[in-house]
Amino acid sequence: MFLLASRYCGTWNRDTYIDLEFSMIQLEFLSEDEMVEIVPNMTMDPLNLISGDFGPFRPQIATQVPLWLAMALKKRGKCTIRPPEWLSVEKLTQVLEAERDSERFFQPLPFHYVEISRLLFDHARDDIPDVYMVRSLIEDIKDVRFHKIGTGLEIISERTHALKLKNLSAMEVNIVRPFVVRALQTFYDLDSPEMLQESDRRANRRPQAADHGPKRQLRPGR
Amino acid sequence: MDSGSAEGSGFSAMEDYESLIATTDAELLKRSWRNEKAAPEILQFETSLVQRSREQIQLMEETLEEFTRSGIDPLIVSLYQMDVDRTLFLLRSYLRTRLQKIEKHMFHVQKTTELWNRLSRQEQKFAKRSVEDIEQHFEQSVLSKLPDRYKSHLKQSIISEEDDMVPEPPLDTFVICRSKSFLGSFQLDDSGEEKPVDLEADDLYALRYMSIKPLVQSGQIDLV
Repeated sequence: MFLLASRYCGTWNRDTYIDLEFSMIQLEFLSEDEMVEIVPNMTMDPLNLISGDFGPFRPQIATQVPLWLAMALKKRGKCTIRPPEWLSVEKLTQVLEAERDSERFFQPLPFHYVEISRLLFDHARDDIPDVYMVRSLIEDIKDVRFHKIGTGLEIISERTHALKLKNLSAMEVNIVRPFVVRALQTFYDLDSPEMLQESDRRANRRPQAADHGPKRQLRPGR
Repeated sequence: MDSGSAEGSGFSAMEDYESLIATTDAELLKRSWRNEKAAPEILQFETSLVQRSREQIQLMEETLEEFTRSGIDPLIVSLYQMDVDRTLFLLRSYLRTRLQKIEKHMFHVQKTTELWNRLSRQEQKFAKRSVEDIEQHFEQSVLSKLPDRYKSHLKQSIISEEDDMVPEPPLDTFVICRSKSFLGSFQLDDSGEEKPVDLEADDLYALRYMSIKPLVQSGQIDLV
């Protein structure tokens, strides 16, 4: 789709590209540190963990813990999880409408909204009121945003030296990263002064040297 | 661990723990891991952070042994175990990512003092051994059989001016990052050709790594 013009042979910088991506599991791992509110149904002393101090746990008294801890307790039937404020039919409907209304801007959502909602759907479905509605709203929001990302990326051109990705979530960033990096890189390479000098030199020598092959248009309309 | 930044919309309060003044070791380890994973070159080894994390993990593991011996509720034991496992994962992944980078660019790391100094002592030992092994391997399997002018593993031939057989990390690759505070009129490159941009706090940007390298090192900008 786009030219992958590598520089002069002999330097292979571009080829030693390290895979800089996070896997989905690693994103989920990161999201599990997000705090969430639980209501225990048992008594337990405070936990002094490396990640922090949590508790004490008393029946019916809400407390904040990281998501991984909440899910471990929930799995063993020791608590219920209070869905975060943004994970409600009312709030998400607002977000969806706002997403649809704005062609270019993204609504602020928790950075890990995809991972958090997925984990809660899988493990705490009964704690979410109208869970099917909520789930379908999240799916719709994801779709609208993805679409917007696609159209938003079309603005990348030879004049793009930096890109602002305001309000994108972790998963969206991760998916878009390889394309954005390659695209910006390619435009940057093709735009570099050395490239322009090369093509200028070739243009000047053309009358004398007949064996340079067909002229290659590096930039349309110039 | 309440991530409570009261400013901004209700959504941003959820995950803005970076704004806390006192960050725990767990947070620091996570941040170092993220930066290391996303950066094209190897970053400064966090000696004291790794040391402290190791000690904490060890302490926790001893505590766990105590717990199982004294018959504490297995639920509590398993929760402590999960916490230890999570921290161990971060630490291991951090170290592994660094080793990966060293392996990929071992010759370059060895000859660049700035990079060499970012390695821990054990990593330096590892790098040295790897270089020796690879050199020997190249020598025996290929280089000794090539004509005299092409025997170096660092240069294509003896007339090369630089070590052009040594791969280097692509420092001008683009990365996605976030600044902790507002950076006005940030200059994107040295030539002054590009207009300076404003970097808002907590917004995500895709920029060239070269432009933000010193800010990542100082902790002002995080890679995502």
